[in-house]
Amino acid sequence: MKLSAEDIAPVAFTVGLFVIWEAACRLFRIDTFILPAPTDIFAAMGKYWWPLLKNSFVTLWTTMAGFTIAVVFGIALGMVVGWSRTIYRGLYPVMIGFNSVPKVAVVPILIMWFGIGEIPAILTAFLISFFPIVVNVATGLATTEPELEDVLRALGASKLDIMRKVGIPRTGPYLFGALKVGITLAFVGAVVSETIGANAGVGHLMVQAGSNFQMPLVFAGLVALAVEGILMYAIFAAFERRMVAWAFRSSTGAGG
Amino acid sequence: MIALDNVTLTYPGRTGPVTALAGTTLHVRRGEFAAVVGPSGCGKSTLMKLVTGLIRPTSGTVAVEGKPVTGPVKLAGMAFQNANLLPWRTVLANVMLPLEIVPPYRQRFSRDKAAFQDKAMALLNVVGLGAFADRFPWEMSGGMQQRASLCRALIHEPALLMLDEPFAALDAFTREELWCVLRDLWQKLGFTVILVTHDLREAGFLADTIHVMSARPGRIVETRAVDFARPRDLDVCYTPDFTQLVHELRGRIAEARQAA
Repeated sequence: MKLSAEDIAPVAFTVGLFVIWEAACRLFRIDTFILPAPTDIFAAMGKYWWPLLKNSFVTLWTTMAGFTIAVVFGIALGMVVGWSRTIYRGLYPVMIGFNSVPKVAVVPILIMWFGIGEIPAILTAFLISFFPIVVNVATGLATTEPELEDVLRALGASKLDIMRKVGIPRTGPYLFGALKVGITLAFVGAVVSETIGANAGVGHLMVQAGSNFQMPLVFAGLVALAVEGILMYAIFAAFERRMVAWAFRSSTGAGG
Repeated sequence: MIALDNVTLTYPGRTGPVTALAGTTLHVRRGEFAAVVGPSGCGKSTLMKLVTGLIRPTSGTVAVEGKPVTGPVKLAGMAFQNANLLPWRTVLANVMLPLEIVPPYRQRFSRDKAAFQDKAMALLNVVGLGAFADRFPWEMSGGMQQRASLCRALIHEPALLMLDEPFAALDAFTREELWCVLRDLWQKLGFTVILVTHDLREAGFLADTIHVMSARPGRIVETRAVDFARPRDLDVCYTPDFTQLVHELRGRIAEARQAA
């Protein structure tokens, strides 16, 4: 298979970014304590690979734990909200208000309640990522074509039938789209919580490294986070393509 | 089989109450192919929803099989201008959807799935989609989707088929092809049809009786029997009698529009 420019672009742009960064650091003689060059960062990554890996794993599992709760809770609430207009109208302002509160502000409360540790991180990941899931599931259900509903109701279908045969499958693309966004949000939530108060995780590692003036290690933590984030996004994007292939129908098809 | 007597339907609109139908009376015999034509916005689709029990009249009575309609009638198949197939199901699975909902099929669905599949395949073969059963709707043309939609409307052997401008979005050639598909299905299976359309040729070619509706608020202003011999061939559309019929209907609708 011949690689097209489009295939190479992601790698080329990433490498290019690091090259420019490295060049800028050397050219302007930027102090390592301000902005470490990529080579310094990679050196730090090589040196501290074990703490980085260990803490990345902690962040990963707290993210996944929080996200799993968010998925279960989000789908359930989304269905309830999508089921009834009254519930939708009633809950919507509450959810908007809830979502508007910056989760950073909630973390100290969670730490007060649950102490330093993994639980605040899990809960922050959950709180930050469940909202898009609820909204998308509810939207998927609420936008069922009225004519299709008529067809089914004229057959004597109950609301539950319509939900099972049409509503839920129809929600698929919305749900998987939300999962893709939600996982990165959950990740942000977990890291935010770790930087405020935790005894493990990449966020905690970065705060510690920062207070020891180990800037290359701080940046190594950032790179580790970026890599983890991209991987998780990619996993869910691939998952989405597999599960709801029909939503990615090709535009070259004969459909009308 | 279907009797609407002096039916009025008013619903609250954005700028005050809207009267969609006013004193509509319509009777359709068992096995009859009835067409309802009229200017756009005359409440033709409202009529369909009334007959299937999806909405209730403000006054007057709607009866199907001698019984007043109080909820969804459960014996109707419906098809609309949009095929409305489910994109995550293959054509075959789409056609089988009513069997998963309508009793007594739904109770036997998992047990008799193979038999139901054969039944659906037989129907797809009649409309010429046998080779496309495993395709997804979005892989097919509009005409093919509409054929599948007809199959879905008929798979549970409904006594009544309700069609709301099912061929309106198709090109002229495909439309005529599908007229013939519908004609053949009707002749083979003998269900009752109410076809809502604004295509007078379509109504003339397919129907036994044509009901002309006035502009909103709609009511039936004329009922005409169409007595071209059956089985009809597309050539009938090019006879002087047919042209005469279409011309007269057109005149009635023009009047109905003027009156509005």
